[in-house]
Amino acid sequence: MSSTSGAATDANAGIAAVARRAAELLPAAGVITDRTELRTYECDGLAHYRVTPALVVIPEDAAQLAAIVRTCAEHRVPYVARGSGTGLSGGALPHAEGVLIVTSRMRTIREVRREDQRAVVEPGVINLDVTRAATPHGYYYAPDPSSQQICSIGGNVAENSGGAHCLKYGFTTNHVVGAEFVTADGDTVPLGGAAPDSPGYDLLGAVVGSEGTLGIVTSTTVRLVRLPEEVRTILVGFESTDQAGAATSAIIAAGIVPAAIEMMDALAIEAAEAAVHCNYPRGAGAVLVIELDGAATEVEQEYTEVERLCEVNGAFEQRLATDPADRALIWKGRKSAFAAVGRISPDYIVQDGVIPRTALPQVLKAIADLSSSSGVRVANVFHAGDGNLHPLVLFDDAVEGAGEAAEEVSGAILDLCIEHGGSITGEHGVGMDKAKYMPRMYTEEDLDTMQLVRCAFDPQSISNPGKVFPTPRLCGEVPGRHKGAHPLQESGVAEVF
Amino acid sequence: MSTGTIDATAREALASACADVHDPQEGDAVDGVRPGLVARPADTDQVAEVMRAAAAHRLSVVPRGRGTKMTWGTAPRNADVLLDLGALDQVLDHAAGDLIVAAQAGARLADVQTVVGRGGQRLALDETVPGTSIGGLLAANTSGPRRVATGTARDLLIGITVVRADGVVARAGGRVVKNVAGYDLGKLMIGSHGTLAVVTDATFRLHPVPASHQWVTVDVDDPARAHELAQSVVHSQTVPAAVEVGWAEGRGTVSVLLEGRDEGVAARTESIRGLLGAGATADADAPAGGATYPWDLAARGDDRVTALKLTFVLSGLADVLAAAHGSGVTLRGSAGAGVAYAAVPPGTPVEEVRAVVDRLRGACARHGGSTVVVDAPAAVKDAVDVWGPVPALGLMRRVKDQFDPDHRLAPGRFVGGI
Repeated sequence: MSSTSGAATDANAGIAAVARRAAELLPAAGVITDRTELRTYECDGLAHYRVTPALVVIPEDAAQLAAIVRTCAEHRVPYVARGSGTGLSGGALPHAEGVLIVTSRMRTIREVRREDQRAVVEPGVINLDVTRAATPHGYYYAPDPSSQQICSIGGNVAENSGGAHCLKYGFTTNHVVGAEFVTADGDTVPLGGAAPDSPGYDLLGAVVGSEGTLGIVTSTTVRLVRLPEEVRTILVGFESTDQAGAATSAIIAAGIVPAAIEMMDALAIEAAEAAVHCNYPRGAGAVLVIELDGAATEVEQEYTEVERLCEVNGAFEQRLATDPADRALIWKGRKSAFAAVGRISPDYIVQDGVIPRTALPQVLKAIADLSSSSGVRVANVFHAGDGNLHPLVLFDDAVEGAGEAAEEVSGAILDLCIEHGGSITGEHGVGMDKAKYMPRMYTEEDLDTMQLVRCAFDPQSISNPGKVFPTPRLCGEVPGRHKGAHPLQESGVAEVF
Repeated sequence: MSTGTIDATAREALASACADVHDPQEGDAVDGVRPGLVARPADTDQVAEVMRAAAAHRLSVVPRGRGTKMTWGTAPRNADVLLDLGALDQVLDHAAGDLIVAAQAGARLADVQTVVGRGGQRLALDETVPGTSIGGLLAANTSGPRRVATGTARDLLIGITVVRADGVVARAGGRVVKNVAGYDLGKLMIGSHGTLAVVTDATFRLHPVPASHQWVTVDVDDPARAHELAQSVVHSQTVPAAVEVGWAEGRGTVSVLLEGRDEGVAARTESIRGLLGAGATADADAPAGGATYPWDLAARGDDRVTALKLTFVLSGLADVLAAAHGSGVTLRGSAGAGVAYAAVPPGTPVEEVRAVVDRLRGACARHGGSTVVVDAPAAVKDAVDVWGPVPALGLMRRVKDQFDPDHRLAPGRFVGGI
């Protein structure tokens, strides 16, 4: 550790103070100090970053959570909020000298208000449970990340999670209208509200997607969307990704906005078949999963058009699913794709980058070139409608140098995204994993300006420090800054993989 | 009211920052406040130069797009420099295949629509104030009936370039719809009335122009009935693009806009007629006076109405309509989104205006919303609380202090004197 022993003593004293406060507030099971137990929280969904937190607390309500944050603020103890821990960018990676605040016991759906098309939910509530609660009223919660059976709304808010259907329905930020928010001082303030357009700055808009670096949301008011009258899911087989890409472009150009257009290439299909036997068209070089939803007559009209456009662009097989069971099978292949890759490769990196959709053919070709020149296999799964790529970079960690080679290819793919005017992340977030890439996408001035927001919300830099930004900004008016905002990097912990 | 004259050194600094610096004309006043100088930069670099010069000389700056909403909000405490962005009027990039458009802040929304319209696309924001610029639309966060289907600026803005009070140029977001890299600064700029930074260009996602559309309208004479109809429409599966309500003197209309493909719109029009009842009529044109604010945008000075923006959860509609009764109040807005605009006629005694605002504010607050005075004659703005209660104001002040520590950007134009 690079910390001086004096600073370490301060940190220990701070942690001890938070632990005491938590013990006053919470049942014994809600305060974890045992080293072995702490280690079960050492990573989120991005398992190659591991840091054991100094303390884990599991509050049961917003007041307890706020009191813990307040104590952290008083002692300048860093804290990290964690929902279900499914994030893929290390956004919930603990802080070695900090507190991990786990929201999994704040799991109440407080209200479902059909008349207002709103639900009020706590941060630990599982994404899919919001839809389950709304469905009897004819409604659902639209953002649907692939992990929706397990990921939490709090995590979705932090990451501004998307999903297959955000092409038509938007992301978490378009569906969260209000929040109860605990600031980095431990104060509780309302942001936004159940009604639209609250007066003042759209602070909620800044908080959603800020990856826990501005504070913690302790309840969320979300929009509910009316279930569509008709849903049609089509599985289309093509000989190549170029054909599938051309079909996608043709559909968009025809003025159709499907609920989803997903693409998988041959290697991704092979993996999905091995894992879940989804029975995708044999010999396909690419498949599209296209979903149309809305009013019945409209969907019928659009379906005829989509079918025609796919055929014109070389589709050799089209399968329509109209009942929920068929539809589920088509989606199973797609939604299991990440994990399925484990069947064809011992290790893999899930990349997340975005390109303007029209650059798809060039970028796919460049990825193929990268793959063949490096000998690293890449399976492609992506949200074709909005250009969000999820290349799966395959490697075998047992082979010396393979991990590094895969990492290099993975990074080069992000460079391709930036080169084509895209983004280094479409939905997984920057977290710990991609902070180093931020300067490739944004100038120093851009990053400095973003951090003005950080300084306004969290001048002590205690709320999930070290994430998103490669270099913290000095907030100026705060005397005696917390030692080393990047203790993980200083101590080398962040470079463990 | 007039701001003190700009001293010669400052004037010289501004003139070297930007070729077009001139004395203000009559129409350059910002809600009655005459600026010291008008600077009309040609591009983002010049905006940055002007902002640096203004910072060096501690001058306040009020940005202006096309000047269509200069009396909205509260009057600035002072306006040394009126920053006229009218020369930044270019539509920079329409990537039809990617469904995006980038435009400079001074570009008119209508011009953007013309360009993207050639590709069969539109920026799905209603032009509620004719002639409005992209920057002005963002600063005031205007929206219209179609927000039910496609949302507001916050749902469509994907990238932004701003110049900070200290002259630093910064970008956030980008050219792709899906992007979670870094903070979403665009959201903070929307509705900020020019108090955080100067927007110089913006990138939006686009939607296809629907092949067909139809309005279905019915008269109603009871708030409860209006509410019942609005509820039946929003809970239907007809995917309305807009659900509007118009209200005056205890009666009004409920109108539904359907957009989409020919056969689909025809089928859904029939469904909506069924819901709205026997008196419902269908028409391609918007209902009389529909889809605009219930006030005369051309009126000036004391001829202006007191213009209010009301927000509420959908279940509050009947209550809000009932509260709008009396004092000659006219109301129009989105029953499908929970946003309505109300006008109190010009010449209404200030005390009476205050009573109307209090009554509406109470009704909206009971239903999770707010009442903001969008525009009003000076005497009204002096007498009523323009913004009403603003939750999290302390945090908003901290954001302002970070972006504009000297409070030189549009000072006093926004909530809490920000």
